[in-house]
Amino acid sequence: MAHAHKVKQYRGVMDWLTTVDHKKIGILYLAAAAFFFLVGGLEAVLIRVQLMYPEQNIFVGEAFNQLVTMHGTTMIFFAAMPAIFGFMNVAVPLQIGARDVAYPYVNALSFWLFLAGGVLMNTSWFLGGAPDAGWTAYAPLSTTAYSGFGMDFYVLGLQIAGIGTLIGAINFLVTIINMRAPGMTFMRMPLFTWTAFITSVLLLFAFPAFTVALVELMFDRIFSGNFFEASKGGNVVLWQHLFWIFGHPEVYVLILPAFGIISEVVSVFSRKRLFGYSSMVFATILIGFLSFMVWVHHMFTTGMGPVANSIFAVGTMAIAVPTGIKIFNWLFTLWGGSITFNTASLWGISFIPAFVVGGMTGVMLAAPPADFQYQDSYFVVAHFHYVIVGGVVLGLFSGVYYWWPKMFGRLLNETLGKLHFWTFFIGFNLTFFPQHFLGLMGMPRRVFTYLPGQGLEEGNFISTIGAGLMGIGMLFFLINIIITSVKPRTATNDPWDARTLEWAISSPAPEYNFKQTPLIRGLDAFWKEKTAGNKEMTPAEPLGPIHMPSSSIMPVVMSIGFFISGFGFMYKVYWVAILGLVGALLVMLWRSLYDDHGRHIEVEELQDEGVKA
Amino acid sequence: MWRLAPLIGVLAFILTGCGDPTLSALTPKGPVARDQMFLMILSLSVMIFVFVVVMAIYIYVLVRYRRRKGDNKIPKQVEGNHKLEILWTVIPIILLIIIAVPSITQTFDQARDMRKEKDAIHVNVIGHQFWWQFEYPDLGITTAQDLVIPTGKYVSFDVVSADTNHSFWIPVLGGKIDANRGIHNVFYLKSDEVGIFKGKCAELCGASHALMDFKVNSVSSAEFDAWVNKMKAPPAAVPASAAKGEQIFKDNCMSCHATGVNDKSFGPNLNGFASREMVAGILEHNDANLKRWINDPLAEKPGATMPKVGLNDDQLNEVIKYLDTLK
Amino acid sequence: MSNTHHAAAALPAEPERATLEGRNKILGFWLFLGAECVLFGTLFATFVALRNQVPEGPTASELFNLSTVALSTFILLTSSLTSVMATMAMHRHKVKPMLGWLVITVLLGLAFLGLEIYEFNEYVMEGHTFTSSAFATSFYTLVGFHGSHVAFGVLWITTLILQTLKKGLTVVTAPKFYVAGLYWHFIDVVWVFIFTVVYLMGKVG
Repeated sequence: MAHAHKVKQYRGVMDWLTTVDHKKIGILYLAAAAFFFLVGGLEAVLIRVQLMYPEQNIFVGEAFNQLVTMHGTTMIFFAAMPAIFGFMNVAVPLQIGARDVAYPYVNALSFWLFLAGGVLMNTSWFLGGAPDAGWTAYAPLSTTAYSGFGMDFYVLGLQIAGIGTLIGAINFLVTIINMRAPGMTFMRMPLFTWTAFITSVLLLFAFPAFTVALVELMFDRIFSGNFFEASKGGNVVLWQHLFWIFGHPEVYVLILPAFGIISEVVSVFSRKRLFGYSSMVFATILIGFLSFMVWVHHMFTTGMGPVANSIFAVGTMAIAVPTGIKIFNWLFTLWGGSITFNTASLWGISFIPAFVVGGMTGVMLAAPPADFQYQDSYFVVAHFHYVIVGGVVLGLFSGVYYWWPKMFGRLLNETLGKLHFWTFFIGFNLTFFPQHFLGLMGMPRRVFTYLPGQGLEEGNFISTIGAGLMGIGMLFFLINIIITSVKPRTATNDPWDARTLEWAISSPAPEYNFKQTPLIRGLDAFWKEKTAGNKEMTPAEPLGPIHMPSSSIMPVVMSIGFFISGFGFMYKVYWVAILGLVGALLVMLWRSLYDDHGRHIEVEELQDEGVKA
Repeated sequence: MWRLAPLIGVLAFILTGCGDPTLSALTPKGPVARDQMFLMILSLSVMIFVFVVVMAIYIYVLVRYRRRKGDNKIPKQVEGNHKLEILWTVIPIILLIIIAVPSITQTFDQARDMRKEKDAIHVNVIGHQFWWQFEYPDLGITTAQDLVIPTGKYVSFDVVSADTNHSFWIPVLGGKIDANRGIHNVFYLKSDEVGIFKGKCAELCGASHALMDFKVNSVSSAEFDAWVNKMKAPPAAVPASAAKGEQIFKDNCMSCHATGVNDKSFGPNLNGFASREMVAGILEHNDANLKRWINDPLAEKPGATMPKVGLNDDQLNEVIKYLDTLK
Repeated sequence: MSNTHHAAAALPAEPERATLEGRNKILGFWLFLGAECVLFGTLFATFVALRNQVPEGPTASELFNLSTVALSTFILLTSSLTSVMATMAMHRHKVKPMLGWLVITVLLGLAFLGLEIYEFNEYVMEGHTFTSSAFATSFYTLVGFHGSHVAFGVLWITTLILQTLKKGLTVVTAPKFYVAGLYWHFIDVVWVFIFTVVYLMGKVG
């Protein structure tokens, strides 16, 4: 009966606007992340240019604060997070042997909401100035009394993107819990899937706190509320608590999937099973759990008193234990292996020392009295860039080179890849290593200049040179993408002799992923079949028609509704705000009233494709 | 090869030493900063030990187990090793305890409330966009930008903000504490050395956050008493040469700037202005800079609350003459 | 309606869990409610932090009229019961009683909203506006968030009733009723906390 439905198949741009295929959505996420990474990177370079010499007058005062705020916000919310969601989309359903995510339509909606939020926030540059209260947006600096119109873009852009993030997290949780192939028990899941799972849990429980914080700030800004207005009984420290209750798990939201990618890459390129798999899983869960009880370490100097400071200091130090377990497990995965050095593994392996440096300074920061000196200085800037660039970004680039053939059927150029790696990695260390000392020598963070003769010149100069080098590295990457995209699709199913399920199917993966759902017989399922002499996975079901969801433009329409509504709130034209929301609600209603019957790919078509491959 | 990068950083560090001795946290001038420095060095040492161990294994593994040309063997698939895993769980816990114990003792030690301490100097610090107000409630003195303290005595601070959040930081004397709006924070510092130290605002507070510097004048007890007496002494008669300037000051500046010993005004109290280290916290104190500042404050400190008053060149010179008498 | 009856006869015992889509929807909704718990938890935390911050305007104990609130509570708790009756009817594949119970649920929800609007109106007339104090802002935000959840639930259940009149009870519509029921209970539980933390604690002081 369902066969009768003829569903329109789109091509070209419309295909990308209407797709509900997790692999295409993954690519959309990664493309958007790359765009915002370049925007955020440009902002970073401009920051460094202003700080290259003392007392420069290029970006002064508000302009500098806008650069700092947008650099941080863009990198965290619109570059790192979508990149992570991109890889989750690309890899997780394939790694667990699923045909798609649990809610393909919602998946598209997650992406378009994130994009709407990101675009909305960046339009502020052209509409009267970007947000300028730092990515942490501490009240009361972020309230209307002390900051410009830009903060409204921050508040609404992040709320819209946040809805997308929340439903994305739910989507992946349900996918991982309900849609694993037969035999894919939790303790056989690849580590990247595990980290995607825990990251989604963190997002699920952390993001609503931030949503509330943003709503409160929005109410204060737009409707003259008093949450953070001290003269009416409001409390400015409340914002800091709400922000960091979200903000600290957010750090682990970013780093855990990077851990996952490293675990895959280190294991594949040393041709060894991940050392201590169960302790890796345990450590991931423990880090996720602890991440909710350390937020006050961002607020040691806020004046919480010695008891709170001590408790949170010990909690913070405790996180070093599971993190240490991970580092040693990676080292001992490499131990006794047969290590290949290509671009993907260089990014992955160099992650270890860079992240260890970030982790070391993390433990140093956990001691409150010492933190009184580090807090809000360049030492902190150096620390979190070692964690986020040396951890997250190195991990993500490793993932880019590793999964590129699975996404596009082409291998990235190795020579350009290695040039990209070395310039970026050296540039990264040059930029951020001296910043540790700048902080200790008394340079506060977020300053637009410093006076000459305070011993800060050399460090800042070296740091700027390093930032330029990182920028050059990114140019190599862009050239690499362009060169690769015009080459023929020659990548084999399994170019790395890898271990997990995604490598058992063609590159790029067909839209239905697995012709027959595979039967999983152990950890590293594909490797297990390969060592048993099989070329493919053993199927768990006979060949049959495959049900596919229909494409839909509605996620885009709904996101535009939220986008318009956001502008309505910002410009206080409430009928526009309500119109946008009503539009979004009508889309939901339409979706509820008209069932999506989808379409089927028939057995004959599957066999044809099999011949072609 | 890539290990060159940190090396260059280390090199730069060695070249510049520990930074400016009146600013750097690495050149402590009091017991609080020294304790914190001890904690930094302790935790850094433990962490360097960890780093060396990790890097030793790392380099050994990368050299020893790299795949050689034509080598196609499949390594042994090791599941794990419980003894090793317990080892690298227990050792970090021990190392962390080594750091945690002095951290927590110090946390409580540095949180002691000195407000009731008779022998301590009490200072209320109020952060403003973008300057600092210092009140000595026991002495009946209110001043701004230059904090004068005696050596060898505890100084108890009560810190709050008048507008956005700031953070009060004198690196050579110790770590910072935030100045939050509507919430008072209490902490203490102590200086052992005579000298002029630099202070900074460490929390993003607006356009000129970078320029919210202040000075700490750490003097001997005798000098401190002399300073108090000088501040409290009835103001000397304004010399005739500055009378014109005084009138201009009264007409244009008095609405924001007080000059009385304990007057709390909207802008910085200018009592003793002529003896202050800097103009507006950032410019070297001389008449030319003072003129530059009064002529167009926003050009020097974007977002500052002091407006361009619009005095002509003559009036500026007269006002400066008057300000120079406020010793 | 004969078509509907036919479909209902072929339905499995728990129609909401008959398909993978249905099971996904229910699990996903539980997770969503987990996020909602954090959302309301944060709003409660804010309210508790600010509830005594009343530099001007009336305080909680001067303001609240417990009898109106008790009536609201009674109405909403009853609506939770009627929504359970609807789910039970669904499990017995009785479409008409199910719709009947749902209509009652919606009407009770509307009555609750009416009372809340009346109550807010009274407060505003007594000088307790959104901008009067930190207590007022956090009060209206918390209780208003709950109210908007009730309003959304009323709209949602109404559209479900309307589409069931057309489509009947199937393995596609059953999970929708089930999660709407979960949602309604959740709203109810949140209200119990609001009644305790906001009103009773407010009256006690």
